[in-house]
Amino acid sequence: MVIYSVLIISKSGGLIYHFDCYSVDTEIEKTLSFPLDLKLEYINQRITVTFGQRDGIKVGFALLAINGEDVNGRKLGDKDVLDEILNNEENYPINLKFGIPKLTTNEKIVLASMFHSMYAIAALQIQAPKNKDGSKSKSSCSGIEVLETDNFRLNCFQTLTGVKFIIISDLSPINPGSKESLLRKIYELYADYALKNPFYSLEMPIRCELFDSNLQTLLEQHEKTGVTTM
Amino acid sequence: MSRSTIRSGDPKKVSTDLFCLTYGSLVSQLLKDSDTPEDVNKQLERMGYNIGLRLVEDFLAKTASPRCLDFKDVAEKIQSAFKMYAGITPSIVNWSSASDEFSLVLDNNPLIESVELPDNLLNLKYCNILPGIIRGALEMVQIEVNAWFVQDYLKGDATTELRVKFIKKLEEALPPGED
Repeated sequence: MVIYSVLIISKSGGLIYHFDCYSVDTEIEKTLSFPLDLKLEYINQRITVTFGQRDGIKVGFALLAINGEDVNGRKLGDKDVLDEILNNEENYPINLKFGIPKLTTNEKIVLASMFHSMYAIAALQIQAPKNKDGSKSKSSCSGIEVLETDNFRLNCFQTLTGVKFIIISDLSPINPGSKESLLRKIYELYADYALKNPFYSLEMPIRCELFDSNLQTLLEQHEKTGVTTM
Repeated sequence: MSRSTIRSGDPKKVSTDLFCLTYGSLVSQLLKDSDTPEDVNKQLERMGYNIGLRLVEDFLAKTASPRCLDFKDVAEKIQSAFKMYAGITPSIVNWSSASDEFSLVLDNNPLIESVELPDNLLNLKYCNILPGIIRGALEMVQIEVNAWFVQDYLKGDATTELRVKFIKKLEEALPPGED
């Protein structure tokens, strides 16, 4: 089982901790000639491949570098990539590097607060179902506990105080209960190494080395054995 | 709580003497720093409140207890927390008829093991950190309470009695998605 990342969201929906443990390397470099047979567009501050999948360059990949130089948004140095560089035959043959773009911290914060709201929406009781004896069932539903896609699974655990612990992992089917116990262990680490640190203020991002290192040990151990004993 | 003891599987073992002396030096320092014992009471309560805000997470992480649904539940949880953090089991007595108020009787309170109050400090609530901790911890799980001492062993009473009164459930702070 591979864990991709661990996130902690505060009571108010702010991302207070994220830790990326494992990233899939998707970067691919190709030397291409004029005219370019890929359709590129500027989407969400990135130059993205929108059509024309080939040689491992997939739709959705972003342009990361040109001739070894990193692309910054739409620009390379002070030149516009789409208009001035790629449309200019003189620049060819050209070496382009593509890959799945890394999320920036800001994007992670946005996604975290989005998940926070989705969790709250899931918890709304849209139709109050009645039990067989006519009594109302629980007064509210719980929020999202597991979210599955075709290439990752997200497990979320909310504490009674409203802090959310999230792990994103691959889809390995072994021992589904181990995620819950892992989340509880992370909660214990949070209580021990973040909250007992007198210089950590509540609701703020966690920057505690001891927490980092203990979390890392826990995750390594979990990966090796698939169980959590600590 | 030292780190080595956590790893060895022992959740907490630290000498009561050390705990008692550290607390004692804290109180005496506060007395030096402030003008009146009443100020110290207030300070201690505030410090306790801030400790409670954090301590409750530790309690929840280690006991995995569910949400309390009535005040009797709350009383038992506080009792088990005392067992966990102070090594004593206070008795729960004097329930009000509406079940919204109870007392914790602390025999052999570790905080006062070697303490005598001098005559000029009769206004000082030596253990005032405890009500603060209770208030802070319960506030984090959306229960607002008042806590205060009605009897104090240090002031000649037979025992130490801590009264806890339920004020309200903080619905607006309740995180969505709770069972």
